[in-house]
Amino acid sequence: MAYTIKGQTGEWEVVMGLEIHAQIISDSKLFSGASTGFGAAPNDHVALVDAAMPGMLPVLNEACVRQAVRTGLGLNAKINLTSVFERKNYFYPDLPQGYQISQFAHPIVGTGKIKIDLPDGTSKEIGITRLHLEQDAGKSLHDQHPNKTFVDLNRAGVALMEIVSEPEISSPEEAAAYVKKVRSILRYLGTCDGNMEEGNLRADVNISVRKPGDPLGTRCEVKNVNSIRFIVQAIEYEAARQVEVLEGGGKIEQQTRLFDASTGTTRTLRSKEEAHDYRYFPDPDLLPLTLSQEYVENIRRDLIELPDAKKARYQDMLGLSAYDASVLTAEKERADYFEAACHDRDPKLTASWVINELLGALNKSDLDLGQSPVAPAALGELIDLISDQTISGKIAKDVFAEMLESGQSAKAIVADKGMQQITDPVAITKIIAEVMAANADKVAEYRSGKDKLFGFFVGQTLKASGGKANPDLVNQILKEQLS
Amino acid sequence: MSLTNLTIAAALKKLRAREITATELVSAHITASEKLRGLNCYITETPEQALSAAKTADARYMAGNPLPLDGIPLANKDLFCSRGTRTTAASKILENFVPTYESTVSQKLLDAGVAFLGKANLDEFAMGSSTLTSAYGTVESPWKRASSPDVKLVPGGSSGGSSAIVAARGAMGATGTDTGGSIRQPAALTGIVGMKPTYGRCSRWGVIAFASSLDQPGPFARTIEDTALMLNHMAGYDEKDSTSARIETPDFTSGLDKDIKGLRIGVPKEYRPEGMNAEVAAEWDKGAAWLRDAGAEIVEISLPHTEYALPTYYIIAPAECSSNLARYDGMRYGLRVAGKDLTETYENTRAQGFGHEVKRRIMIGTYVLSAGYYDAYYRKAQRVRALIAQDFTRAFEKCDVILAPTAPSTAFGWDEKSNDPIDMYLEDAFTIPASLAGLPGISIPTGLAKNGLPLGLQLIGRAFDEVTMLCVATTLEMAAAFTATPTIMAT
Repeated sequence: MAYTIKGQTGEWEVVMGLEIHAQIISDSKLFSGASTGFGAAPNDHVALVDAAMPGMLPVLNEACVRQAVRTGLGLNAKINLTSVFERKNYFYPDLPQGYQISQFAHPIVGTGKIKIDLPDGTSKEIGITRLHLEQDAGKSLHDQHPNKTFVDLNRAGVALMEIVSEPEISSPEEAAAYVKKVRSILRYLGTCDGNMEEGNLRADVNISVRKPGDPLGTRCEVKNVNSIRFIVQAIEYEAARQVEVLEGGGKIEQQTRLFDASTGTTRTLRSKEEAHDYRYFPDPDLLPLTLSQEYVENIRRDLIELPDAKKARYQDMLGLSAYDASVLTAEKERADYFEAACHDRDPKLTASWVINELLGALNKSDLDLGQSPVAPAALGELIDLISDQTISGKIAKDVFAEMLESGQSAKAIVADKGMQQITDPVAITKIIAEVMAANADKVAEYRSGKDKLFGFFVGQTLKASGGKANPDLVNQILKEQLS
Repeated sequence: MSLTNLTIAAALKKLRAREITATELVSAHITASEKLRGLNCYITETPEQALSAAKTADARYMAGNPLPLDGIPLANKDLFCSRGTRTTAASKILENFVPTYESTVSQKLLDAGVAFLGKANLDEFAMGSSTLTSAYGTVESPWKRASSPDVKLVPGGSSGGSSAIVAARGAMGATGTDTGGSIRQPAALTGIVGMKPTYGRCSRWGVIAFASSLDQPGPFARTIEDTALMLNHMAGYDEKDSTSARIETPDFTSGLDKDIKGLRIGVPKEYRPEGMNAEVAAEWDKGAAWLRDAGAEIVEISLPHTEYALPTYYIIAPAECSSNLARYDGMRYGLRVAGKDLTETYENTRAQGFGHEVKRRIMIGTYVLSAGYYDAYYRKAQRVRALIAQDFTRAFEKCDVILAPTAPSTAFGWDEKSNDPIDMYLEDAFTIPASLAGLPGISIPTGLAKNGLPLGLQLIGRAFDEVTMLCVATTLEMAAAFTATPTIMAT
């Protein structure tokens, strides 16, 4: 169902396009050999060119180019064999050169598309306009001194990819799904860690509203929204604000706005008149970047399986449900875990254990998959114990709880606590005999036609066995004994 | 013969034969520089460094394993960053800037054993053709006009400190940079040799940028051979400069004694505009006649877009400089003049740190890149630049080397140019086209005008064919047998 805002004059549609700034995973910066490591002391990772010392020149880091091409391929996009680095000129203390080296008229990646998965189980295709490479700026620290601003250039010159979507996003949920999908693809590819808290993935949202069927409205750009929750909040607030302005007879002015997380609102950063004239022109210190088709094809050949392909394979080859496949492939970590745990085991059983037991338990204790006390192989071992009937599914849950608690292996726990299933018919027959003896009245009732009591005997037998009797055998032998 | 009159080639012979020591040679030039101090050739003198280099050079000569240019005293344009030595670009904004790094070109020369006597004066950020725009005072040419010996003349620019000190025998050679003529024009005005190699031949790493797509380091010396010897130790691919050419560096002295018989020398008809200085035109004809006599074929060529070169250059170079000089913002190094807020600090710093000509070019450059003007100016200029390059490509189908004047006249007095900047910009009318095309060019002193001042002729070669250009240059040099010396000399 289409997302609309109900105004006083009727329904309004929201139209959005996103610009995602993703920090490239690379050892060194886009144009210098300085490290990109996080958490160093201020200005520890600054090469001469990062500080724009006189006479210093940029040299393109090929590893960053490779990452951008890989990402472009992951976004099903056209790779431009010739692209041009340009200078975006503006003054700011954390921009040492007085310009940012970026790509403007000729980006390295052209149009592409991705499929986003919506909460109602449907999916939608969103067009990618372009991806270009650019330098990050440094950081201005305004809170270190009462009347001075400090500048940390560690981030200055770090490689970013700016991924621009088409204005095809039409609800906050779609925006959230889009960011999640892009982040998932970047993580799969290993081109960006997607960490929004550290600012390694940031989004600017372009928002406009219109009456259904009308042409596109004037847009406002909301800058630097650094979590998916904030993106949803910012869109809801900004779209409502625009509807209110328009219904009040006003006009939307093209603006850059800032999201304020503490109030959940957006406010004007600068109007169109105040917009910078960036005076883009090709950087004369760098030749146009030309790639061979062979270079691109080599990267394509080494490309790993991406979430959509993986999801399809899980459904078609492993027989998983669409829901399970979707949950498992949403993040590469999950898919990796699942595949390691599954190995040659029953995929459906493994999927169920990963999704329902493991992810559920981790979620409860607020842990990431990476922090899981149960490694994939350990979970696999537990699943083996179920499959070979050493323990029942029910007992397995107790074993799993113990594994989470103690980190011990399933086999060790089962052996220690004598939790092996009883599969010996003689032993089970013996327990059943005891149960029947103790409940002679119920046996008589059953035999006189009270079939419903069968469940009672099953329960009593399992209880008497300490939950260890094989339920199928219990059923089978009980039927014989009671008849 | 006095030590300061030696050529580099001759000095190397004497050094290797142990007839002189590097310390003697360098000391003679330090003494000469002191006597020449009135010319204001240096922004910073480095005699101790030079002497220390001479001492280690002598040790190598003693041990019999000298470096190729061991102990040769040179001046270094103050646009090349020098590790531990103040480097100013002749601007107040870099008054106290001491680099922690050495430019690739000056490092290569140091690695070849040279002794740098000091950082040579220049036009501020290499913007000018007179060295009048230096924040560290004007350089006086050692040459005097016969009729008016009291008039102080310019040594050309922007590498005016380099050209003046080499002409006055204060240094055996010097580094320079050429963006639109900044090596060739001062060489012509001071009667020495100056060469701009093909763009990409010498690394720009560590050279303070003016216009990145045009800037190119090159040598000054008093002979073609010395120029080639220096270039041998300046050129070469540098992975730190993405625009440096990944191409083999030849021995630039290898073609000097070759015959030019059969070579075709192009004479561009567009370089003879209405109202051209008659003496300059006559010198040009004389040069062509010498080359014809030496067996070359003189062919008239056409470079049809020549008239657009100057306006094109004065869009592209300022555009690049407006961006290149944005880093001088008072935040990290150099001059900082605090204001009440950030914007005022920027404004104060740049207003006080930059001189008029630099400000003018930053403003022109900012304008031509601005929204709404980019297409009309910058983009159009880039297209014209491509046409100018194409002119040369076509011309080189008909000839091997182009012969032209270097400068439109002899040296002018400090106060003789009008306040109209265009008047000064016209100084580079003959050198700018080759710069826009990235081609190598060299100026050779060939004679004196009636006023007693030197005239130079320019050769323009094919891209990366400096060897052929230098071969023709040697022929001109021999034919011209230029031996005139400036009025003010160290010896």
